Amino acid sequence: MAVCIAVIAKENYPLYIRSVPTQGELKFHYTVHTSLDVVEEKISGVGKALADQRELYLGLLYPTEDYKVYGYVTNSKVKFVIVVDSSNASLRDNEIRSMFRKLHNSFTDVMCNPFYNPGDPIQSKAFDSIVSAMMVQAC
Amino acid sequence: MESLTLSDVEQKYYSELFLSCDVDNTKKVASNGKVLDLFRAAQLSNEVVLQITELCGATRLGHFGRSQFYIALKLIALAQSGMPLRVETLNSVRDLPLPRFVMGKNEQEPRHAVMFADAENQGHYFPRPPLRVQAKKVSAHEMIQPCVPTADPQPDTTSPVVSPHQSPPTSPHAWRKHKRQASGGNVDRQPSVPGVVWPSFREAQPGPVTGDGMWSAHSPPPVQETWPESTTVRTGMSAMITNEIQRQTSGYDDPWKITDEQRQYYINQFKTIQPDLTGLIPGSAAKEFFTKSKLPILELSHIWELSDFDKDGALTLDEFCAAFHLVVARKNGYDLPEKLPESLMPKLIDLDDSAGVPEPATEVSFSASPVEVTPNKSPSMPSLNQNWPELNQNNEQWETFSERSSSSQTLTQFDSNIAPADPDTAIVHPVPIRMTPSKIHMQEMELKRTGSDHTHPTSPLMANPPELSDETKLAASIKFPGTSVGDGYSSSDSFTSDQEPISSAVNRQRSHSGTSPEGLKVVAPPPPPPRPHASHSRSSSLDMNRNFAAVPAAGSQQPGVVAFPPAVPPRPLPTQTSVPHGHRSVEGDGLPAHTSTSPHQMPEQPNFADFSQFQAFAVDQPEDDEENPSDSGQAERCPEAAGTMRTTKNDVQAEERNATTVNSAKVSTPLAPPPKPVRRRLKSEDELRPDVEDLPQKSNVIATVLATQPSIPRSIGKDKKAIQASIRRNKETNTVLARLNSELQQQLKDLLEERISLEVQLEQLRPFSHL
Repeated sequence: MAVCIAVIAKENYPLYIRSVPTQGELKFHYTVHTSLDVVEEKISGVGKALADQRELYLGLLYPTEDYKVYGYVTNSKVKFVIVVDSSNASLRDNEIRSMFRKLHNSFTDVMCNPFYNPGDPIQSKAFDSIVSAMMVQAC
Repeated sequence: MESLTLSDVEQKYYSELFLSCDVDNTKKVASNGKVLDLFRAAQLSNEVVLQITELCGATRLGHFGRSQFYIALKLIALAQSGMPLRVETLNSVRDLPLPRFVMGKNEQEPRHAVMFADAENQGHYFPRPPLRVQAKKVSAHEMIQPCVPTADPQPDTTSPVVSPHQSPPTSPHAWRKHKRQASGGNVDRQPSVPGVVWPSFREAQPGPVTGDGMWSAHSPPPVQETWPESTTVRTGMSAMITNEIQRQTSGYDDPWKITDEQRQYYINQFKTIQPDLTGLIPGSAAKEFFTKSKLPILELSHIWELSDFDKDGALTLDEFCAAFHLVVARKNGYDLPEKLPESLMPKLIDLDDSAGVPEPATEVSFSASPVEVTPNKSPSMPSLNQNWPELNQNNEQWETFSERSSSSQTLTQFDSNIAPADPDTAIVHPVPIRMTPSKIHMQEMELKRTGSDHTHPTSPLMANPPELSDETKLAASIKFPGTSVGDGYSSSDSFTSDQEPISSAVNRQRSHSGTSPEGLKVVAPPPPPPRPHASHSRSSSLDMNRNFAAVPAAGSQQPGVVAFPPAVPPRPLPTQTSVPHGHRSVEGDGLPAHTSTSPHQMPEQPNFADFSQFQAFAVDQPEDDEENPSDSGQAERCPEAAGTMRTTKNDVQAEERNATTVNSAKVSTPLAPPPKPVRRRLKSEDELRPDVEDLPQKSNVIATVLATQPSIPRSIGKDKKAIQASIRRNKETNTVLARLNSELQQQLKDLLEERISLEVQLEQLRPFSHL
């Protein structure tokens, strides 16, 4: 279960960012921001022309003592960042991938909406619900 | 600020609006957001709104104070009446109609609700004389309204809005008047509505207007002032709609069910955009259409999400009806559901229930929108929500399906991805067949060792391998997969067999000459490395020369020539062809026959045999290994190992060796027959001759090794026996080599795992290394 989920646009500004312990939001915002550097590094290193699923999923970007940050980039350079608690060791790579897949799917649904202008903050309730389902159930 | 004079009505109206915008309850400042919403609800273009904002001084101040607000409102009224926006006109214009706003504010909803109720009850809400003209149309409008009504059974809970429960018959009329009056004025102000159907949307404003008593107070003036009939009609429609809604909702359990009239209306609307009822409305067209409803983009976006069932960016007729219905409901004040109600699901909607709807339908088209709604039924939401069919089971089912499929995809993708993605697993994967350089090297070493120790002949052989070792390693690695022999073993075998032939040739020579050939053969296979060394040290150069010389000749023949036409009668093995594996060719006795047969066998067996022998020898009997080849033929294994070692190295080398072995074979016909027919073949007699000399030296060593092996009839005469023996030896060599191969692979895996673990540790120690 993620502690924070963020969607970053191609120009590296956030389209959607949501964290569970709302009091520590700034910290997660900062973490996501710094993780963008890692993402850039990873995607610039991949020189392959074809972007298959493997490349979309960037894997663990970097771990800190409190949490781990995973990254995923779409073909249009929209980045998804998931921050999970380090104590949650049971999360497997598979699960993170499935979370990213769901994020990607719901993001494309948002994009398909003609009323959504790319670049606007994502306000879709469906997207919100999917993200909430993936977040840690904070008490 | 410019002075502003407001009529009483205006004053009241404006203050009310201000209060509605005064979310912070400061009584002084209207929140920008609310104000802007209100302005937008005035259905003015954005630039006009901006202009108004600027004119009233809000931009200057940064907020909407009361005076700014009032000025803005007046400007809105101006704009809506089509007059130029100018501050001077603010006070000069008399009888300026009140600004109209499409969407009633939430705060106003209750009031509207009240109005609703009142209207229904009284029917003569407005002081003004009702405009009757539209009665007819109103009825039509009424029909349209059902859509909304269905949506709100809830009304009970909310306020008066609950009007739905009231008997339809009365309300419509009441509404008619009501609406007409209210809406008429408003509508009038509106920019002309595209005839068709959206008028209801425009009219939406009236909702609030109609409902609220206060509104009514305000609206009359505007109404009186200008309204054309048409507009009133349209507004009437909206009223009708609400009436209908109310009427309908009372009877329905399902708030979201689309009535026939509604559906017909929707279908007509659909036709205006897309004549083909089975076609799709593209997203952009739908966007324009629904934008006319003046709903906030956010809500429209949500409606789209709900209604675009297949997420294709286009609306089918069913989806369109669902979307339209949702818009109507929203306009009437119902909250949007989180999930698409079952009744709105595409598959559930039945089309064309035209019975009894034609008229209303047609009228609807003229009139305005079913949607128009009035307003704000105050949030009858709660009931609505409760009534929603929970189902969306379909939705859920759909979701599960999609999730399942996606998950399955996920699984498959993951599966495919996980393995490679995980370096550990990748590394742990079985090592490719081809021989790794390390293995090759080992083989070579063994061959060398065996070769050098055993015989000189092997040295040339060794020489070849070593010189070509680099190439061979690569080549072997390349060659292995390609070796026809079969698996890695064979490739390794071939490798060894490469050397083997040479050594075998050498051995053969020796054997021919005496016993050396055997030794030669024995020597060569086991430790490839030794051989090369030996060869280098020895007549390697000469041998190499000869080998090289022989190679071209042999090379051409290699491919297919089994029997190199070595001069040596005894065992001149045909050839190298055999592919370096095959070098073994028959044991000394076999001679041509051997060679002919062995090549076939050699390729595979010798390799195996050689390699395993080599290893075994290398481990156990380093000396023996070396000597084996030299011990002429005995070493089934050795020669084979040697051969395989050689073959592993390279085809090229093999060729060379073939040549050499052929030569040596020629020479070494006397060499130990058994094992290395290949060697014999490989080596040319010439090469073998010098080797022969060496062979005897190594033959001793080989002999010992050979001794362990089943005795191989050395008599040249016993071809069959020799062949059989060679077969046996080859098989043994094969198994040995196979074992060796597996062991080496296991070692490789272990090493790789160690490497992985080390890398992981490194990563852990330097987590930010890549930052």
